[in-house]
This record gives sequence, C-alpha cells and structure tokens, in this order.
Amino acid sequence: METFASLADGFAIALTWQNILLALLGCFLGTIMGALPGLGPSNGVAILIPLAFTLGLGPTASLILLTSVYYGAMYGGRISSILLNIPGDEPAMMTCLDGYPMAKKGMAGQALSLSGIASFVGAFFATWGLIFLAPQLVKIALLFGPAEYFALFALAFMTLGGVSSTNQAKSAFAAALGLGLAMIGVDTQTGVPRFTFGEVHLYDGLDFLVAIVGLFALSEVFIFLEHRHGDASASASKIKVGRLTPPMSMLKQTTPTMIRSTILGFIAGVLPGAGASLGSFISYSFEKRLVDKDGKTFGKGDPRGVAAPEAGNNAAAGGALVPMLALGVPGSGTTAVLLAVLLSLNITPGPLLFTQNPDVVWGLIAALFIANFMLLAMNIPMVGLFTRVLMVPPRILMPVVAMVSFVGIYGISGSSFDLLVMIGFGVLGWVLRKFDVPLVPIILGTLLGNAMENNLRRAITIDNGDWFTLIDSPLAIGLWLVAIIGFVLPLIVGRKVKAKMHERGDDEGSISD
Amino acid sequence: MSDRIFGVVGILLAIGFAFAALAIEESFLSDAVGPKAFPLIIAAILGLSSLAIALKPDASPAWPSLGRLAEILAAAVVMILYAELLPELGFIIATCFAAGYLTWRLGSGFLASVATGVGTSVGIYVIFHLVLGLSLARGPLGF
Repeated sequence: METFASLADGFAIALTWQNILLALLGCFLGTIMGALPGLGPSNGVAILIPLAFTLGLGPTASLILLTSVYYGAMYGGRISSILLNIPGDEPAMMTCLDGYPMAKKGMAGQALSLSGIASFVGAFFATWGLIFLAPQLVKIALLFGPAEYFALFALAFMTLGGVSSTNQAKSAFAAALGLGLAMIGVDTQTGVPRFTFGEVHLYDGLDFLVAIVGLFALSEVFIFLEHRHGDASASASKIKVGRLTPPMSMLKQTTPTMIRSTILGFIAGVLPGAGASLGSFISYSFEKRLVDKDGKTFGKGDPRGVAAPEAGNNAAAGGALVPMLALGVPGSGTTAVLLAVLLSLNITPGPLLFTQNPDVVWGLIAALFIANFMLLAMNIPMVGLFTRVLMVPPRILMPVVAMVSFVGIYGISGSSFDLLVMIGFGVLGWVLRKFDVPLVPIILGTLLGNAMENNLRRAITIDNGDWFTLIDSPLAIGLWLVAIIGFVLPLIVGRKVKAKMHERGDDEGSISD
Repeated sequence: MSDRIFGVVGILLAIGFAFAALAIEESFLSDAVGPKAFPLIIAAILGLSSLAIALKPDASPAWPSLGRLAEILAAAVVMILYAELLPELGFIIATCFAAGYLTWRLGSGFLASVATGVGTSVGIYVIFHLVLGLSLARGPLGF
C-alpha cells in the first residue's frame, strides 16, 4: 500500500504543466531519434543532457525529459525497421525480420500499429515491474558495505561484456580504459593530482558528459563521413502505410506473445550487462521456438514476430532502469547515460535515492506512465508524421547532430578545451568502433571509476589495510562468484548467441542501447 | 593484423599508465591504500586484456580507403578549428562554416551546403539562444 501512496505522490509531481510538456517533448524527440537510422537512444539522450543542464532544469524535470526520450526511442526504432528494413536503432533489429515482410505484403500500417501496441504493453508492465522490484532490490542493497559495493561494481564490469561484445578481452580493455580515464584529476582522498601532466583544465577530472557526447554522438558523424551515407534511406514513393488498425483477430492472436515477451524482456533488462537489444533478441527467438516449430511463418511476416521483439525491447528498457535506480549500477548504454545525468545533478543513485530523493524516483516513475500513454497516442494515429522524418537525409541531419553536441558542451563550461576533448573522444570512439571495442564499458568506467576506488579504499581503511576484507562477507563472496561466472561463462557458451545477434549488426554494433 | 597492432598499442598504453601512476606524489596524509594502488590495478587489467587481444586477434575490420581516412581527418581538423575559432568569430559565423563543410562532405551540392550551413546555424541560434536562452559564444559582431 505504501507503494501506491508513493506513486500517488509521484503523479502529483509529474502532473505539472512543465513536466507534462517536457514528457511530451521528450516522447516526440525520442520517437524521431529512434526512427532515424544513426541516432539511437544512447546518443539521442547524450546530446540532450547538456542542454537539459544549461536550461537549468531540476533533477526531476531533466530525468522526465530524458527518460521520455529513452522510452520514445524504443518506440521509434520500429518505424524504419518495418518500412525500410533498416533498424532505426539497435533494439529494433529483430523487428525487421517480420516487420518488413509484413510491409511488403501491404500490411505496413497494421504492423506499425500492432508493434505500437506491443511496445505499449511491454513498457507499461515493465514500469509496474520496476515499481515492485526496485524497492526489494533496495532492501538488499542497504545491507551492502564498501566491500560489497566494490564487488558489485566489479560484477557490473565483468558481466557487461558477456552480452554486448563478441570479445571479452576487448570489453575488459574498454572497462579498464574508462576506469583509467576516471582517475584523471585530483585524488579526492589525499588531494594529490593524478595523470594531469600539469594541465590545469584536468585537475577537476574529465567531465564524463564530454566523453559521452564525444564517444556516442560525434563518432556517429565520423561513421557517416567514412561511408558517405549522405542520402536519405527513404523516398516518398517507398513509404506506403495503409490501414492503421490491426484487426481484432490479430490482436487476439498476439496477446499471449506480448505477455510472454514482456516477462522475458523485463528479466533480460534487469540482468546486468544486457539491455533492450538482448530483450528483443531473446523474446523473438523464444517465441519463434515456441509457436513456429517448423519455421513456416516467422520471418515471412508473422504478426507475432513483430509483437514479440517490440514488447521485449520496451519491457527490457523498463527493466534496465531497476539496477540503475536501485543500485546505481546501470546495465546498458542508455541507462549509463541516464546515470550520468543523476551524477551531474549531485544525486547519487542507489538505495539511498529512494529515501533521500523519493520525489525524483516516484516523479520519474509516474512520468514513465504518462509518457507511455502519450507514446501510444502519438505512435498510432500520428505514425504517418514520423515516417516523413525518415526522408531527412543524413547529410543535413549529421551536421545538426554535431553542432548541437558542440552547443551543449560549450553551454556547460564555455571553454574551447572541453570541445577539443570532445573531438578527441569522437575520433577515439570511431577508432574503437572499427575495432569492435564496446563503448558502454568505457562510459561506465568513467562514471563509476571514482566511486569504485573510494569504496575499495574505504573498505580497506576500515579494516586497517587488510586487502582480504574484500572477500570477507558471504554477500561479497556471492557477488564475486557471480562476477566471475558472468565473465567466464560467455567465453565458453556465449559465442553462439552473440554471433547470432551480430549477424544482423551494422556499424552501430558496438553502441549498445 | 589490426588487432595485433591494437594490442601492442594497448600494452604500451598500460605501461605508460603504470609509470604515470608510480610517479604520483604521495601526500603525507595518506590512507591505507593510497592514490597509486587502484590505478596500478587498472594498468594491470589494461595490459592483460591488450595482451589477450594481441595474442588472439579477431578478423581485421574493413578499413576505409586512404581517401576516406583523409576525409575523417579533415573533418576532425575542421572541428578543432571550429572549437578554437568559436570565441573569436562568434557562434553564427563559425557554425555556418562548420555545418556547411560537413554537409558538403556528406554529399550536398555547393548551394545546398551554403543553405544548410546558414540554416543550421541560424536555426540553432534561434531555438537555443533566442527561445531557450542558452548562452552561445559571442563574436565581435555580437552574435
């Protein structure tokens, strides 16, 4: 009952004109970003963060705007998957498999509306899952001391590569690189400068927003320059939407699919290291095995093959918020970016968030419900409008993305130095993506590096310099075990799953939602 | 082959990082762990993972032709110039050039590039500065 009272308070916070407008704006921008190939949830949210700050939005308002973008992008990705057979973002990859064949049969409108409904179902129930699961996780997390936190951070890094990357060594490299970057600046405990090489600008450390925008948004511009993908992927003649309501029989047929996929997607989202892409992948594969044993209909325009990945990825998007809010440890790229928002606003996510800033948590959750209804309303009748967006050619879009990134970062600090660092990260991001090094562990490393080190040092200082304190409690040992299994298991069995997921990958492969 | 080079560069980076960590001056007020330990652990992981990459390389990525590589380099240089000249020229002028250049390199014609550059620049100025009140770099002409 307490939960419902908190939720009611949350609605009181979210239902102000400013917050409703922000949610509406976020949903609209998010759907566009999701729909456009080249802009996904993580880089979409990344370029908006600096703007949210420089506009002076408070924590709740910023989070409402940015999570609406996140949810919106999950809806938007399906549009170009279905109409053009090009995933608008990574989680929408699986939607191509049955969505495009449906569109070829002249059922594009039905596929779009059905996937809109599936997205709604997935996101709606995942938000309920978030409400009930997150407080339980908080109860466990309150038992954590510094040693357990250190183990938890290690767990996050070690499991991250299992799903998102094809090569564990590269994922470990990325994590270490991110952690190393976080070390730059004055050491918080002793006050000595580290890795600054006398550069005054570096004493404060690298601003992780600069790193995020550079790695995610600018590197995308370089990818487009490399391939000179200047032309729009859609022309007016190719987009024919047709009837926009799915027949009742189709809804009935897909209802069990949506329920199963929502549950699977949500679980996939909560697990560390997995994001919405895994959610949609698991949901689609499971559904295919369950209802289409002979492989007759899936891949040829089966409505269930459209509903499953869409319910799955939206449910996973909600599930991924659970560890981010309750533990302060995000498991996917976009939730890592959202964590950056919280950290920049001096809010430490984790168990204390629920007691210290209940307004932020419950306001955010209420806003997610509101955003979800807005998205359903936007994505069915207005889907025609969003299909027009696909006709914007990247040669116009990408310069705008670059310039908005510059404006945002310049707005925070007003210094050219940060812009130069951002360009550096943009080039670095391009090189690393070429090498198939995942970018998410780098971001997570720069975000969590200092907290991880502080917990390590606190744990050992409390125990008078005894390093074995790190594996002293059953809880810590358990976390280390999971971490080690999470790192080793993919080396043995994981290659197959990842190879399958990456079969349909593209240049966006190393950015995980 | 690419991965082997990448791994070697990573190992060099790890060694450099470890040396820089050892060079950190300890303060007289230090905790039990000190400011060096964690960076050294990171350097070790960085080195080991780089070694693993070098020993067990993936297939080489499809590298762009020299021309395309120059393209990316040129874009980076334009962006650096943009960052440096932003406070000198002001937001609108600098952004016109940078956005125009990028859209030209992505395949717009000359007139279309000029139009996109001016449009992007003025559009961002209007939305972010005039409507939302964000402070942008101010040049000698006041915008």
